[in-house]
Amino acid sequence: MLIAAALSALLTLAVLGVLAGDQLWRHRLVYVCCALASAALLVGGLKHLGQTPGTGPAIILPFGLPWMSAHFRLDNLSALFMVIVNVGTVAASVFGIGYCSHLPQPRRVTPFFPLFLFGMNAVLIADDAFMFLVSWEFMSLASWLLVLADHKNPENRAAAMVYLMMAAFGTFCLLTCFGLLAGAEGGYAFSAMRAAPLTPVTSFLVVLLAVLGAGSKAGLVPLHAWLPLAHPAAPSHVSALMSGVMTKVALYGLIRILFDLHGHVSWGWGAALMLVGGITAVLGVLYAILQDDLKTMLAYSTVENIGIVVIGLGLSIAFKDSGEKALAALALVAGLYHMINHSIFKTLLFLSAGAVITATGERDLGKLGGLLKRMPWTGAATLVGAAAISALPPLNGFVSEWLIFQSLFKGPSLPHWAMKFGVPVVGAMLALAAALAASCFVRAYGIAFLGRPRSRAAAAAHHLPGTMRWTMAVLAVLCIVLGTIPVTVTDALSGVIQPLTGVHFAVSADLGWPWLSPVSSTRGSYSGTVLMMTGLSLFVVSILLVHGFGTTKVRRADAWDCGHREDIPESQYTGQSFAQPMRRAFCTSLFAARETVEMPEPGDLSPARLTVRVIDPIWTYLYGGIGRLVDAVADQVNRIQFLTVRRYLLMMFATLVFMLLVVAVRQQQ
Amino acid sequence: MGAISQSSYEMAHLIGAAVLMAGFQLLYQRRLSAVLNTFAFQALALAAAAGWQAHIQNAPHLYITAGLALVFKAMIVPFALHWLVERLGIHKTVETAMSIGWTMIAGVALVGLSILLVLPVTANATALTRESLALAMSVVLLGLLMMITRHNAVTQVVGFMALENGLILAAVSAKGMPLVVEISIAFSVLVAMTLFGIFFFRIRERFDTLDLQNLDTFRGDRQ
Amino acid sequence: MSAVLAQIVQIFLVVALAPLITGWVRKVKSRLQGRIGASPLQPYRDIYRLLQKEAVVAHSASWVFRAAPYVTFSAVWLAAAVIPTFTTNLLLAPAADLIALVALLGLARFWTALAGMDVGTAFGGMGASREMMIASLAEPAMLMVSFSLSLISGTTSPTQIIAFILGGGVGIEVSMGLALAALIMVAIAENGRIPIDNPATHLELTMVHEAMVLEYSGRHLALMEGAAMVRLTLFMALIGGIFAPWGMAVPSPEMSGANVLAEMVGLAAFLAKCFVLATALAVFETMIAKMRVFRYADFLGGALLLGLLATIFLYVSEAV
Repeated sequence: MLIAAALSALLTLAVLGVLAGDQLWRHRLVYVCCALASAALLVGGLKHLGQTPGTGPAIILPFGLPWMSAHFRLDNLSALFMVIVNVGTVAASVFGIGYCSHLPQPRRVTPFFPLFLFGMNAVLIADDAFMFLVSWEFMSLASWLLVLADHKNPENRAAAMVYLMMAAFGTFCLLTCFGLLAGAEGGYAFSAMRAAPLTPVTSFLVVLLAVLGAGSKAGLVPLHAWLPLAHPAAPSHVSALMSGVMTKVALYGLIRILFDLHGHVSWGWGAALMLVGGITAVLGVLYAILQDDLKTMLAYSTVENIGIVVIGLGLSIAFKDSGEKALAALALVAGLYHMINHSIFKTLLFLSAGAVITATGERDLGKLGGLLKRMPWTGAATLVGAAAISALPPLNGFVSEWLIFQSLFKGPSLPHWAMKFGVPVVGAMLALAAALAASCFVRAYGIAFLGRPRSRAAAAAHHLPGTMRWTMAVLAVLCIVLGTIPVTVTDALSGVIQPLTGVHFAVSADLGWPWLSPVSSTRGSYSGTVLMMTGLSLFVVSILLVHGFGTTKVRRADAWDCGHREDIPESQYTGQSFAQPMRRAFCTSLFAARETVEMPEPGDLSPARLTVRVIDPIWTYLYGGIGRLVDAVADQVNRIQFLTVRRYLLMMFATLVFMLLVVAVRQQQ
Repeated sequence: MGAISQSSYEMAHLIGAAVLMAGFQLLYQRRLSAVLNTFAFQALALAAAAGWQAHIQNAPHLYITAGLALVFKAMIVPFALHWLVERLGIHKTVETAMSIGWTMIAGVALVGLSILLVLPVTANATALTRESLALAMSVVLLGLLMMITRHNAVTQVVGFMALENGLILAAVSAKGMPLVVEISIAFSVLVAMTLFGIFFFRIRERFDTLDLQNLDTFRGDRQ
Repeated sequence: MSAVLAQIVQIFLVVALAPLITGWVRKVKSRLQGRIGASPLQPYRDIYRLLQKEAVVAHSASWVFRAAPYVTFSAVWLAAAVIPTFTTNLLLAPAADLIALVALLGLARFWTALAGMDVGTAFGGMGASREMMIASLAEPAMLMVSFSLSLISGTTSPTQIIAFILGGGVGIEVSMGLALAALIMVAIAENGRIPIDNPATHLELTMVHEAMVLEYSGRHLALMEGAAMVRLTLFMALIGGIFAPWGMAVPSPEMSGANVLAEMVGLAAFLAKCFVLATALAVFETMIAKMRVFRYADFLGGALLLGLLATIFLYVSEAV
């Protein structure tokens, strides 16, 4: 059927991609075929969602482990994620058609791109632990190879190393988790895992390992450290997929294990997830504000949004365990909606970062500026993306944040005191993260696209091929559409969550289609459609009033700037200057942000120097600490290399005696 | 002693909340004179609370407590401290061990803690006395927080007196608590002796050997 | 009056009333400063004068600069249209609740900040960066106030909250007092009044909002000033409506004849509340000085923590 054909096509394309060689048209052909295959998968997913709810087709293929064949199934959750993943992959593939000519070595990217797509999609339809992990590894290794595409840069090599270690850690955790879920009988199919009972200790360990394993791939603090290193190192269309789509596949794994395979996670874990999500959101966005590199900033912003989604997931778990099924459904819908939104606008923003890098050759905010006039379509699409990620109405980011806030505001109805006190704190953290995200993107968009060019490269930015611009335009339109018709999306999601939470979520039963009123009509409602229409009419009315009462004359002149005529573009605010108030307000204690000024003596002609020093506390203390610990242990163990012959013989003798002792003792029992 | 109406209790809680807000304001200030003025306001609010409780509980001895708080703590002690600060030339900036942001967050956490503590302890009592007890305990904890996050001796004394304000608030809120007046007088004498003890024996020793000019370094808003 | 008619009346009422309120604030401040001051109708004349002038746009400005005044004004106008002023019977009231209100103001601020950065001057960037720092603390504080109000009244919609309070659902609550204090601090920050920002300053380095609109002239400046005035009216309607809702018309379906009278009373009550709040604002601004930029975080962090306290206090007063 369609999906199987598309997946095998992707595998074939991977092989063909190796043969593409140096001919650019062959690379473009591979991307076109990838786009078609992804479109086929997208259509397959949508078709399944459109049907009446029920678990979809299942296939059992005769390869894999010897005592177990490979199980594949497409159910509602998989179909939803298939739609999410493939919207991103279609966009990235079409973008790649134009973009691959600008890569330094397209041969190092084209073979692995279809493999990456294959891996992500295969994870979604895997119905047993073995296929899940194999596809997961396909996904990780293909993306690792893509991170290494520009291997001459030592930073990229270091990033790839960290990524590989974290991916190995994640897979190890998931492997152990699935092993515990399978239980003593060892049934690795998901259907067997659902039925297997769990002791309390096993249950705790399963949830812990799932959070560690899937959370490290998704980017939860403190397991996020690889994300801002690896995502920027890959080519931009791949970064878009890693940030926008691969993190969602990781969250799919988390939802599958916690809500489906395990099914009865206690509210304490829900509280823990909410807290971790809140901390991730705040720290992610604070890191993002401090960055000057466009792509690193976008990677940290991904960390923030993953935190927001995990808050929704944790809340849903807590509600479900306390028996509030309707609220659990609301929280889960909010989390899933935010995943959809984030995949769209993050893909859009990374693709526009790719467009900027292609047009100017610069990634650093300090070298950009005034790009809106040189690249109008890219600028307009990026503006929509930046507004969407800042959760501004009537775009899609606001709808999912509104839904998460509505479910948080119902949090104190839970009976546990930890939740009653914790939910307002997490709510404050979420609100803080959302407001800081808006500051972050005002900064990024304002410095990169507005103002005057800060370097010759920015002043000479050239136009981009049509495929790149069209992709971004389509994604921007999707942002607007998903914000204006939220009720259609939530109705579609209600079919997805029905098997997970056990309740059918009626969204707009009270007021009708345009009004999103999740709990009840008096509880609180929002209508993207009405706001959009009223906003547009007021916009038109204000234009008419102003032009009616006044004049329409415009005169172009130099900037007023309070009478200071500054012709140098260096007098503008830089990224670090913009971030300074927030740095001083938020980052003084945790990030140890310090500014020092070295003034020269009077009469000395050397320039004054302003140094901003910021540390990354998680990297320095946690990862650095683990690294130092490993080094110390290795140093101690290293001593074994330098023993005398007598000592080696002593070691062998001692081991032999110990084993004989063990045998003797056991024989006695 | 008839039943106390709902709105009387709500008024009492509002005045208690004013005492608590003054406690937070004490943590927020960076200038010594502002700290002393805020303390005077807190004592004023305490006097109002005691007076209101005297009215609704029909307990005239609480009027004496209110009067003591008003005269002694809202007028005499702040005035004396202002005079001492001027005389001894103590630097007017508040030195904090922890930044003000984190101190306020710790303060909110302590209020949450006292609410959490109060809820099961007084499960049999009505919600109305529970709220007063939570407010009073919060004021006590905030006073303690102020004492441990300040370097300057004057601010530590103010923290101690804020703590004591909390205790008196708890005492007046509990219906029919005996010996409140006597406790108030005893605490006030204790505070006076502490003040004199600290200033005339500790600070005199320290400051006699140092040039007072050197103490007036301006630290700035970040340390 | 039907919901549609009431909505249309409100839409034009807020815009018509806003300059008068700003004019009144300036008049009271002048009197307190010992001057006679301009008449309260002066802002109407100012806006008309600005509309007649041609707009001077810098060479380096893009379409964002030219569109921003219209978008900002529309966003603030839309927000003011959904907050009940004299009646709760508004057609658009279910379209937006308190969370959407915060986000609409955020939309206005987003465009204003981008416009500040568009010309590429240092002052624009400075205003934008300070404004976003203020917003990053003021928005969460307002959301926490919404949280406590929603816990008290069971809804996030302002019309439903007002109906709940008028129905006697809540007495004098400590949490309401804390929420009121936090909302006042947020209102001062959002409107750029002393002690956060001085709307009448001429010193560029003390500017926050003015620095973002420094390059605007003519009808663009008129729209930006108009947006600031409507924002002030919006916050007065919010504070007066939620914390002193008496007089507001809450129409019930059975009494259609008396509804018009109730709405007249509601209008008079609204005007009285705006008058009182404007006078209080003017007195408050005259009494204290503007604070340093790096103390904003303490002030607004305090507002956020007050909002959080308001939520936590509800547990002990058993209003949850």
